[in-house]
Amino acid sequence: MQLLAVLVSALLSQAAQTPPIVQPGAPGQPSRAITARDAVALSRTTFIEADVRFMQHMIVHHAQAVEMVELLRAHGADAQVKLLGERIALSQAAEVERMRGWLAERGQTLEAPSSSHEHHGHSHSHGGEPHPEPDLDDLAAMRGMLTPRQMRALAEARGAAFDRLFLQGMIQHHQGALGMVDALLAVPGAAEDPSLSDFAASVVADQSAEILRMQNLLSALQP
Amino acid sequence: MTVRSTLLSTVAALGVLLGAAAAAAQTQTIPSDERSALSPGLHDAGLAIRGMALEHALPPPPGFFAEEALFAVPQTEAEFQAFAQRMQTNPPRYGPLALASTDMAMAKGRLFVGNFNGFNIWDVSGAGEPKLISSVVCPGGQGDLSVHGDLLFMSVEENRARLDCGTAAASGDVNAERFRGVRIFDISDIRAPRQVAAVQTCRGSHTHTLVPDPRDRNVLYIYNSGTSGVRKTDELSICSAGEPGTNPNTALYSIDVIKVPLDRPQDAAIANRPRIFADRATGQVNGLWTGGKAGVASQETARTNQCHDITVYPELNLAGGACAGNGILLDISDPQNPSRVSEMFDPDMAYWHSATFNNAGDKVVFTDEWGGGLAARCTSADPSSWGANLIATVEDRKLKGQTYFKLPSVQTRQENCVAHNGNIIPVPGRDLMVQAWYQGGVSIMDFTDPKKPVEIAYFDRGPVANDKLVMAGSWSAYWLNGRIYSSEISRGLDVLKLLPSEQLSAAEIAAAEAVRMDVINPQTQTRVSWADTPDVAQAYLDQLARTPAALDAALATQARTAIDGWRRNRADRRAMGQLSTALAEAAGKAQGADASRLKALSDLFGRRSAAR
Repeated sequence: MQLLAVLVSALLSQAAQTPPIVQPGAPGQPSRAITARDAVALSRTTFIEADVRFMQHMIVHHAQAVEMVELLRAHGADAQVKLLGERIALSQAAEVERMRGWLAERGQTLEAPSSSHEHHGHSHSHGGEPHPEPDLDDLAAMRGMLTPRQMRALAEARGAAFDRLFLQGMIQHHQGALGMVDALLAVPGAAEDPSLSDFAASVVADQSAEILRMQNLLSALQP
Repeated sequence: MTVRSTLLSTVAALGVLLGAAAAAAQTQTIPSDERSALSPGLHDAGLAIRGMALEHALPPPPGFFAEEALFAVPQTEAEFQAFAQRMQTNPPRYGPLALASTDMAMAKGRLFVGNFNGFNIWDVSGAGEPKLISSVVCPGGQGDLSVHGDLLFMSVEENRARLDCGTAAASGDVNAERFRGVRIFDISDIRAPRQVAAVQTCRGSHTHTLVPDPRDRNVLYIYNSGTSGVRKTDELSICSAGEPGTNPNTALYSIDVIKVPLDRPQDAAIANRPRIFADRATGQVNGLWTGGKAGVASQETARTNQCHDITVYPELNLAGGACAGNGILLDISDPQNPSRVSEMFDPDMAYWHSATFNNAGDKVVFTDEWGGGLAARCTSADPSSWGANLIATVEDRKLKGQTYFKLPSVQTRQENCVAHNGNIIPVPGRDLMVQAWYQGGVSIMDFTDPKKPVEIAYFDRGPVANDKLVMAGSWSAYWLNGRIYSSEISRGLDVLKLLPSEQLSAAEIAAAEAVRMDVINPQTQTRVSWADTPDVAQAYLDQLARTPAALDAALATQARTAIDGWRRNRADRRAMGQLSTALAEAAGKAQGADASRLKALSDLFGRRSAAR
C-alpha cells in the first residue's frame, strides 16, 4: 500500500514535470511557455518577390558565363585563361544548381515573366518622354551581361585578342552580379531568407575574388 | 557550419579536376570500408560501429523537428514536378537549417545542446538515458553555446533574429529589433531560462569562446567570431564595412572581445576589437592571407578577415585561432588584448574552421571545413588532404604543419561530409581526439605521432535518403565526462560508450572515464592531470606493449605484477621503487611517445613507493 502510494505520487510528479518549452523575451523581460507546435513554427523563414526575381535573373546571368567559356574552349589561346574559364564555368553552373534548388524548394518557377527582366546599359523610361526604340543589339538582358553585339565580337575573335576580350567581358559580367546583389539588398525586406542571404554573400565573395584574378591575368596579357 | 564558404569550396573542388595533372603526384584518395555503402533512412539507416557502442539515440525534442524542415534539393525533373505539386497545398517554408542541432556544452550534470531554433537542456547526471529538462526557443542560428555558472551564452548570426527571440523575422536594412551577436541567459531556473543581456556585434556571432580573467574572478571575457556581412552603421553605430585601404575602421579583420561583469551580466559590452591579423612590421590590418590559390593545384583558400573559431588554453596563456585563410596562435596572458604570436598557411586548406590543442599543448589539430558542411566532400573523387584535419606542432610558440588526417572511409554523394567539431579524449600517454564528420559520422583519431595520425574507432550511419543529399550528420562529437555525445543535425542526440579493442585497452578507457569536470566548454580547454591509479599505470603499460621491444619483457611482467597487487590493495612499495628506477633508466634510452610513457610510469611508481 505504502509502495503503491509512492509509485502513484512519482507518476503524478513525472506528468507534472513534462519538460517545458519556453520562449524568452527581450533582455530583462520574462520568458513565456509555448507549445511544441509554436516552437517549430517559430523557425519558419520568409522571402519576398524581390528575392525570387533575384534568383531567376541570376540564373540567366550565370548562363551567359557558361556560354562564354564554350567560346573560350574553341578560340582561346592562353592556358591560364582557359583554366580560369573552366573554373568559372563550373562554379557558375554549381551556383545555378543552387539557385534552381532554392526556387524549387519554395515552389517558384525557374524563369521570371519576361516583362520583369531589367534592362541595363540604355535609357529606359516608364510613362515619361517617349524614347526612340533602342537597338536590340545593344541591350543586355541583365545588369553586366554582354550585349548580343559584344557576344558576336567575342565569337569572332581568335587567339590573344579573344583572351583579352573574354577577360574584359567576364569582368564586366561579374561586376554585373555584384551590382545585382547591391540592388537586392537595397530593397526593404529582401534577403531575409538565411539561405538566400548566405548565397548572396557567397556570390559577392566568389565574383570579387575572380574579378581580381582576371584583372591580374589581363594585365599579364597586355602586349 | 559555414554556408558562406560553400561556393568558394565548390570552386576549389573544380581545381582538383583542372589541376589533376599537376596534383596527381600528391593527390591521394581515401579508401572504402564498411561505412561506405550503408543503407539509408532517417530513423533506421544502417549503422557501422567499431571500438564503441551506441548507448542512446534520442530523437529531437518536441518543437525541434518537422519532417518538412529536412533540407533536400530537388535534383531531377520528376522530383521538381512532385515538389511543385506539393507547393499548391502545403508549401514548406523552412530554411535549410531551421531546426538543426549544433554545438554542445556540459555543466553540473547537464548537457546543453544548441540549435538554430534555440537550445535544449538534458539531465545527464544519472547512469541511464539523458532526460530532457527544458527547451528554449529563440531562433537566429547557429546557436553555438557556452556555460559559466548560472549564465549561458549563445551565438546569433542571422538577419532574421530578433532581440525578443520573436516569431516575425526582423526585416529591412536597418531594424532596431534585430539582434546579431551574443545573447546571455540566466539559467538559475533551469526550467525557465531568461534572457538577461544581448551584446550586439557588427558581423553577428558565428562562434564564441569563454576566457576567464585570471586576475579577476568577477570578469569573464568572450572572444566572438562573426563571419557574416557587416551591419549597416545606422543599425549599429560602431559598424562599417569595406577593405581597410578605403576604410581604416572596417569591422572586418578583427574579433570582438566582450567583457562580462559576472555580478552584472546586463552590463556586458564589447571591450576591444583587436586587429589580430595585422602585419607585424607595417601594422597593416589585413596582414594575413588575402584569399585565393597559392598555386594551380592548390585549394581556393578563404581570405583571413575573420576567425571561424578560437580555442583558448588559459593554463598556457595561448589560444589557437582557425581564421578562414590561416591558423594562428594568440598570446592571451592579457585576455582583453590578445596578440598574435604565430601564424601558418597551407595550400591544401580551404577554410580554417576550428582548433583543438592536445593536453600538453604542443600540438594543435586544425580542421578544414571545405564545402561549408553542406557538401559531400568524402567521396572517392575527393583528395585525402582536402576537407581534412591538419596536425600542427607548437615549438617555442610557433606553429608548424605536420600532416593531414581525413576520415578514412569513402562516403556517398548523399552524405554531407567534412572535418568538423571534436575534442580530446583524456587517455594518459596518448593524444586522442573524437570528432564529428557530419554524415561521415563520428571518428576517433590518435595523433600521438603528429606525422602519422590513425583512426582507432568510429560510428557511422547511412545517408538519410539514397537518392538525394538530405542535411544531417554529427555537428559536434565531444568526450564529456566519460561518454561521447554527438549532436545530430536532424536526428537528435547520440550517446556513445568506448569499448576495449586492440587499439584501446580497458585500462585506457577507464583512465579516461575517471577524469571528471564540473564544467566543459570544449573551446575553453583545461589541462587534465590524472590521479595515480592502477588504471592509469596499466594504460601506460598497455601502450608500451603495442611497440615491439619498447619495454623489456621481464620488466613488463614485474610492472604488471605490481599493478595487479596494487589493484588488490596489496601494493608492494619496494618493488614499485625498484620498478621506478628501472623504468627511468629505460626511458633514458627510449625515444618519442614511449620515452614519455616510461617516464610517466616511472614517476607514478616512484610516487606510489613513497606513499604512505
